[in-house]
Amino acid sequence: MIMAKSILSLVLNNRRRDHAVADNMLLIDYLREVCGLTGTKMGCDGGECGACTVLVDDRPRLSCISLAHSVAGRRVETIEGALSDGRMSRLQRGFHEKLGSQCGYCTPGQIMAAEGLLRRNPNPDDDEIRQGLSGNICRCTGYVKIIESVRSAIEEAAP
Amino acid sequence: MSEQSVAHPRASAIGAHVPLIDGIEKVTGRADYTADLDHHDALVGRIFRSPHSHARIVRLDVKKALALPGVIAIVTGEDCDVPFGVLPIAQNEYPMARDKVRYRGEPVAAVAAMDEAAAEAALALIDLEVEELPAYYHPDKARAPGAVDLHGDRPGNLERGVHHEFGDVAAGFEAADLVREGIFDCGEVTHVQMEPDASLAEYDAERDRLILHTCTQVPYYVHLHAAQCLGMDTSRIRVVKPHVGGGFGHRSETLNFEIITCILARAARAKVRIKLSREETFLTHRGRPNTRIKVKIGMTKDGRMTACACETIQAGGAYGGYGIVTILYSGALLNAIYDIPAVKFDGYRVYTNTPPCGAMRGHGTVNVRYAFESLLDEMAGELGLDPFEIRRRNLLKAPMETINGLRVESYGLPQCLDWVEQASAWAERRADLPKGKGLGLACSHYVSGAAKPVHWTGEPHAVVNLKLDFDGGVTVMTGAADIGQGSDTVLAQLVGEVLQLEIERVSVIANDSRITPKDNGSYSSRVTFMVGNAAIEAAEKLRGVLCAAAGRKLDAKPEDIECLGEIYRVRGGQDPGLSFKEVVEEALAHEGTITVKGTFTVPRSHQGGRYRGAGVGPSMAYSYAAVAAQVDVDSDTGLVTVEKIWVAHDCGFALNRLACEGQVQGAVWMGLGQALSEEIRYFKGLPLAPNMLDYRVPTIVESPHIEVELIESIDPNGPFGAKEASEGALAAVIPAVANAVTDAIGLRLHETPITPDRVITALVRSARDGRRDKPELGNTG
Repeated sequence: MIMAKSILSLVLNNRRRDHAVADNMLLIDYLREVCGLTGTKMGCDGGECGACTVLVDDRPRLSCISLAHSVAGRRVETIEGALSDGRMSRLQRGFHEKLGSQCGYCTPGQIMAAEGLLRRNPNPDDDEIRQGLSGNICRCTGYVKIIESVRSAIEEAAP
Repeated sequence: MSEQSVAHPRASAIGAHVPLIDGIEKVTGRADYTADLDHHDALVGRIFRSPHSHARIVRLDVKKALALPGVIAIVTGEDCDVPFGVLPIAQNEYPMARDKVRYRGEPVAAVAAMDEAAAEAALALIDLEVEELPAYYHPDKARAPGAVDLHGDRPGNLERGVHHEFGDVAAGFEAADLVREGIFDCGEVTHVQMEPDASLAEYDAERDRLILHTCTQVPYYVHLHAAQCLGMDTSRIRVVKPHVGGGFGHRSETLNFEIITCILARAARAKVRIKLSREETFLTHRGRPNTRIKVKIGMTKDGRMTACACETIQAGGAYGGYGIVTILYSGALLNAIYDIPAVKFDGYRVYTNTPPCGAMRGHGTVNVRYAFESLLDEMAGELGLDPFEIRRRNLLKAPMETINGLRVESYGLPQCLDWVEQASAWAERRADLPKGKGLGLACSHYVSGAAKPVHWTGEPHAVVNLKLDFDGGVTVMTGAADIGQGSDTVLAQLVGEVLQLEIERVSVIANDSRITPKDNGSYSSRVTFMVGNAAIEAAEKLRGVLCAAAGRKLDAKPEDIECLGEIYRVRGGQDPGLSFKEVVEEALAHEGTITVKGTFTVPRSHQGGRYRGAGVGPSMAYSYAAVAAQVDVDSDTGLVTVEKIWVAHDCGFALNRLACEGQVQGAVWMGLGQALSEEIRYFKGLPLAPNMLDYRVPTIVESPHIEVELIESIDPNGPFGAKEASEGALAAVIPAVANAVTDAIGLRLHETPITPDRVITALVRSARDGRRDKPELGNTG
């Protein structure tokens, strides 16, 4: 079956992209297979685990149940876009230094969900952190160090 | 220790909080897992699975599917008549079913196609005709007289019966003042590691060689089984383990999809990638079996145990896998935690028409520990003893050897109990808790590496190679599989410690069979202990080479050289000494690129007794844990909320405090899932929850804070005293929660998980029976 393709234009990690993309292609497949951005992970059969979380116009979105064309003209950010000037973001540093990441597979999704949370609410308490990450399953950490990682990032930002 | 090293403690020193050496790759998305590897020229592999639980294959027709455009190859059971399995004595699984299918979801055929759509279409055209056989989803049905055998060589579907008795059990019960028996049922659970299964195999038809990248904990076993099933010489196969997104035991044996990917790649004469869906990953399973435990304990009126008898029945699923080891662990580790003079174990590992069970974190010990610690609490209550007190009255005195031949060299359980009691303010808290809330305690333990390897080859149990070259970097080469637990980091730390270097000078290359030494794999918590000891030996050899080089330059004897990492100098001298770089240059001038090897083997003295089944249970060291849980039980909804966990884990010595804490928290939390919500149920062999919504892994919202204390008993044989840190605490969590629920509602449930429907059923039944406020002893004898 040949699926019609049309041009998808968006800003991906601060870079304008134009690709001919099949109308039924999922956003995660566009990111991984077309753009080669394999940091975004598939952990389930669709919308269950949060590993594929990316930001679309600053808000977390599950790329595994979003069509690529649904982000036409929008601003999309993946884990690869979190670095600035080659250095880790405060959340990346927090997850690394506080061991919010063990096997690492859920980590890109956790960090993007946390980034979305901190843009909405720069100073969440622990319950708000839990709510903000409630769609992201981690099987390694028991979440204790994930909360500490986010907290560490918040404290780094505080004056 | 010199002043210099005191003045500048190394950030990566043992005992410090050291982030993972591959942590930056993980948080930046640069860590490559199997599905992330370059696959642009790879074919899409898909597996055709049995829709039947138990059936004889009459006809399997793939002609129509093969004729589809874009389909390159289709393979079936006809393509491999060599069985595989992790235990050399119990290999009865084919990569794809041959004469029979034995569970719904069993691989029957596989397709390699140009794209997903073609592969999908081909699956729909595969025609399987079968003659249905009676299927059994419960051990009682599988063992009933007249049941059809799943396997020809196991009459009555009994994979293995274990009957062990140590000490005089009858006399022990005779001497007891109180004897109680309880029956406990544990639902089946599975690992749900975050990375779905995936393999990428590349077959070179010109050279008849195969390269396999796969998400495994045991690359060496996968290598052996790929060679065995494909009939290829092991030298023609290369197995590489990329980053792995968790394992927890799921990947501690060769899995059918890994071999199927290899068979497909050879048939297609190409590169083939198989990515399993989450549902297929559930079907691949190898989790903790549905288990019924009948446990009986005798004790004197002052709470000293006199005897224990335990019967355990496990629904093992359709194939052998690790099954024999699982049932043996269930019996063996009734010992080595408390002082029990007589222990009897009757274990039954039964074949059922469900996906094969296998090893899961706390392998074999978890469900039995839940039953034991639950009954122990009941009996403490009857005797009017505090849960801490009854456990303290039955402690071991290490070093000692158990009645079943396990050597306990270090034993931090008393300190674990002390810390948990104080940190939780147990007595005050328990007295103050309002109705509907409860506190519970339990203990558990685990091995630090199985003392006997699965494959008995006579080789050392662990080998580490080190290389030092012109660049001045130390490269650790290991076959140990880092699956997220941080084994690469701990090996780098150990080498750094011996050489007094920061781990920035140390790199780890792991799991490429062309380069790295063989390792048995990451299971039974063996890596830190065994591979760690090998790494220390290798690093000591390298230090010897460097001290000899420094001695030549400084005109001193090697034993008079002090190694300070970046500086080598004559001990006690005034000379500033040589830089590391100068020492390396001298060493290289002497002999060229330096390679050294360290090995480790568990001595015979710690490999257990000589009875049948004695090989499972022995370890050079055992970890210990005590866990207290505070719960809230909503009597209207039956919902159990765990509000707080205190856990003390005796890991011998915390080589990396950050990683040890993380491992203990993860183990506790995984136990919480089994205690509260995780369960695989089947309807006619069909799993009812093969996805991450219906299989209820706790989310961050329902996960409590877990307060961890690492107890350091300094094991005499561990690397710098270390023991395992990632499995031992899991088993205690389930009975700690169960005991807390009983404390909250005055009733004991005899099943896990403790779901709202079970709690409500128990409350309603109790209210109906009009004995709501009287503790129910359930199946007491």
